[in-house]
Order: sequence, then C-alpha cells, then structure tokens
Amino acid sequence: MSVPAIELSGVVKRFHGVEVLSGVDLRIEKGQTRTILGGSGSGKSVCLKHMIGLLRADAGTIRVDGQDVTQLSEEHWVHLRRDFGFVFQGAALFDSIDVYENVAYPIREHLDWSEDQVRERVRLSLDSVGLEGVERLVPAELSGGMRKRVGLARAIALQPRVILYDEPTTGLDPANSRRIGALIQKLQRELEVTSVVVTHDMGLCFAVSDRVALLRDGRIVLDALAAELRDSQSTELRTFLEGSDPLPPSFSEVLGDVPEEPTDG
Amino acid sequence: MREVAPANLLTRLGERLLEIFDQVGDFVLLAGDTAIAAFRRRPEGLETLRQLEEVVVRSAPIVVITALFTGMVLALQTAFALTRFGAKPYVGSIVGLALVRELGPVLAALMVGGRVGAGIASELGSMKVTEQVDAIRAMGADPVHKLVVPRVVATTLGLPVLTVFAILLGVFGGGLVADLQYNIAPGFYQQTVTNAVRIDDFLSGVAKTFVFGWGIGMVGCWVGLRASGGTAGVGRATTEAVVISSIGVLVSDFFLTKLLMLLPTEEWIRAFTALLA
Repeated sequence: MSVPAIELSGVVKRFHGVEVLSGVDLRIEKGQTRTILGGSGSGKSVCLKHMIGLLRADAGTIRVDGQDVTQLSEEHWVHLRRDFGFVFQGAALFDSIDVYENVAYPIREHLDWSEDQVRERVRLSLDSVGLEGVERLVPAELSGGMRKRVGLARAIALQPRVILYDEPTTGLDPANSRRIGALIQKLQRELEVTSVVVTHDMGLCFAVSDRVALLRDGRIVLDALAAELRDSQSTELRTFLEGSDPLPPSFSEVLGDVPEEPTDG
Repeated sequence: MREVAPANLLTRLGERLLEIFDQVGDFVLLAGDTAIAAFRRRPEGLETLRQLEEVVVRSAPIVVITALFTGMVLALQTAFALTRFGAKPYVGSIVGLALVRELGPVLAALMVGGRVGAGIASELGSMKVTEQVDAIRAMGADPVHKLVVPRVVATTLGLPVLTVFAILLGVFGGGLVADLQYNIAPGFYQQTVTNAVRIDDFLSGVAKTFVFGWGIGMVGCWVGLRASGGTAGVGRATTEAVVISSIGVLVSDFFLTKLLMLLPTEEWIRAFTALLA
C-alpha cells in the first residue's frame, strides 16, 4: 500500500475546554480529491487547518508523506508549506496590495525569480482560473466569485502538490459555485494534485470528489467513494442531508410565552 | 446583592492571575520572536519605510500641535506663577527643562501610542479575523517577520525623531508666549533655555523614547494578533492597544527616569567628548 499524502490518526482538538475534534481518523491518498462533508461548526475547517500546521493537535498524529508533522516547529512548517496551496473561505486576500502582488506573494517568498518570471507565473495562474485584466485591482474592487478565484490563483502559483479548499463555494451564487467546481476539476486534471475540499455543498461534493468523509460530533462517521454516496443507506448521511434535529419552536409559541401588558381601565 | 463564597472568590482570583501570567508570557514570547526575526533576517525594507512614513510623517501634525500648545500653556502657567516670586526671567529654564526631560518625550509617545498603536492593532486585528495572518503562514511566510518587525522597527526609530520635533516646537511655543504675553525678549528666553538644558538632559529625554516606541509597536502588534471574534474583537483590540500603551508609557517613564538618573551619563558624555577631542 502506498504512503498516503496526508494521514490523520485519532486527532483531538479542544478550544477553551470544548472538544471540536474527538479522534479524527482520515487517510488521503496521493492524487485523490477528498471531500470532507459536515454541518456548520462540525470542525471541518479545524480539521483542514491541522493538515497544514495552522492548528496544533492536542492528541493524535498527523503525517504528511509519511512524515510525522504533529509536533513540527513553525520553522520547519515554513518549508513544508511550499508544497501546499490553501484556499481560504473568505479568500483571505491581502487588502493593502493589488491582485498581482497577492498572487506574486508566495512566488516572491519562496523563489528567487526575476520580475519577468514572476509576471509570467502570475499571468498563468490568473489565466488558469479564468481571470485576466484584474492585476491592478485591489481586493475591495472584486466580486465574491472573483475574490475566490484570485485566492485559488494564489494557492496554485507555486504549483503545489496538495491543495486544501476551505468552503470554496460558500457565499457564491449557483453559477459561480459551478465555475469553482469546474476549476477544481480542471486543476486536478492539469496539475494532478492531491485535493482536500471542505464543504457542505452537495453539488460541489458530487462534482469534484473521488472519496467523501462525513464529519459529525468531532469524528468521521462515514468514509465512502463518491460514486457510492448516492445509494448509501447510511443513517448519518441521511441525517446530514435531510436533517433530523428538532425544529425551533414557532414564533407564535415563543411570543405566546410573553405576558401581555396590563391595559388601563 | 449575591454573596460570593471565599473559595469561589479565590478560584476566580487564581484564574484571573493565571490569565495575566498567560498574557504576559504571550507578550514576552512575541517580543523574543520579534528580536530573533529582526536579527536573523533583514527586515522588509519597503514595508519598514512605509511604516516609518506612517509613524513620522503622518503623526507629525498631531505631535506638532500638541507640543506647540503644551509649550505655550506651560510658559503661560510658569510665568504666571513665577511673577509672584519675581522670578519671571526663569520661564525659559523651566519650560526648556520640562519639555526636554519629560513633556516632549511623554506627549509624543502618548500621541503616537493613540494614533499609530491603535492603527497597528486595528490593521493586524482585521488581518487576523479575516484569516490574512493564517494566509501568510499557509504560504510559508513568517507573520512576525512580515508584519511585526517592520512596525516595531518603525515605532522604535520614528518616535525619537518625533520627540526632537516636539521638544523644539514646544520650546518655540513657550518663547512665543514669553515674548508676546510677558515681554521676555526672544534672545534672553533662548539664552535661559540653553543655559538650563544640558546635553545629558536632552539625551536622557530622547533615550526613553526608544523604549516607548518599542513598547507601542509591540503592544499594537500583540493585541492585534490576539484579536478574535470579528469586528467587535478588532474594536476591543484597538481600545486595549491605546489603554495598555498609554499606561505603559506613563509607568515605564517613572522607572526609566529613575534608572537614567542613577547612570553616570554626565561622565560618559565628558569621556566621549574627550575622546573626540
């Protein structure tokens, strides 16, 4: 069996005493597009940030290419992150610099290239996500979809081996969501990268995934091939898709509890 | 009123103390990382210059106005009080010494702390809550080297420059009032200032501002990078930066002044000038 690109074993993470991840086990094979599904606040993004060392696990082990990175110092992570691209939920573009400088940022950080080489790579990265003529715009001048695509261009600027997507379609209209989905597939085909997509968008999940994991109550409760997902009888998946939590009380019930104001006379 | 059980009170006190130790430790670690990052890698030149412009050029107007009017009101009050004792001609000496040793450095630091410290905290706080700081890390860069070092270098080097301006303008403002209100000739005023203020007064005043500047930059970065909880968190960080840096300037001023008084600065200056001669 080949060494997985990323492997999480029994990862536990607590914030202020609240356990967000309660022993996550996940194996991501090289060249695979793996989607992590889960409701809001289920710890999907926390899980993703552990894979690139942005968060440190309280317990458990994380391996990248077979190397144990659980206790790796920030200094060592700096070099390792050269092989990763991370697409943030809100794009996380730097407000104070324009699109060109945003995409050029990781290139300047890691490669001692001439300005012509940097310009060429920025152009290629922006072309890959279908953007042109936006180099001199600042992030505040971009639409939500464009921001996500610039974030994606920045993530692929160093041609990483692994791309991590944190809710790449959240806040986008259906057309832009489909466009992002198509871009993820295109990058997968062209760059042959390992991709991890965190989302609760089922359309995106079916469009891009090879394999899907469902995160609930801090654990992976389902791990299946995407092709098997539609026919899955998993209760956990049904609960996630259809929802079984009790609905909040109706407005009339809530308002009915408010005592009436006394009337004069 | 609800009574608090002594054990409960002790627990809360203990928790609060632990929280304070945790925060102090966090600050010390960031200060250490900043020092290491500053010496290990050359600071980002362009970013440091941009920050220096923010500290010196953009803060100059408020420091100028504050220093000018403080010098003027100081001369007004001092001359008013000294007239009672027939010591009006000493206005220049008192205004000069007060501005050089204390008011110039402290006022410039408070103004820069309020303006630049708050600006740093809100900028870094916004970057933190919108995941831009995480983005820097995710791209394999060091946020301390990229964000903290240029700002701390700029406040440490920029504040002393502003302080010199503040002192000169304050003394000038005092001279204006002395001349127009109390008919003290500008030449005489200047002479009393230069007679009273020695080089070690000036050096001890300016030396303190290197520490104030470092503290303002560090506090702004520290509270900014700790911000959480969206825009409300950024607002809290900004307020904290102003409060901590203002109190820090006033408290450290006392101890630094005391320390500088203990040091044989006069002898050092004499030895230095002898060496030059």
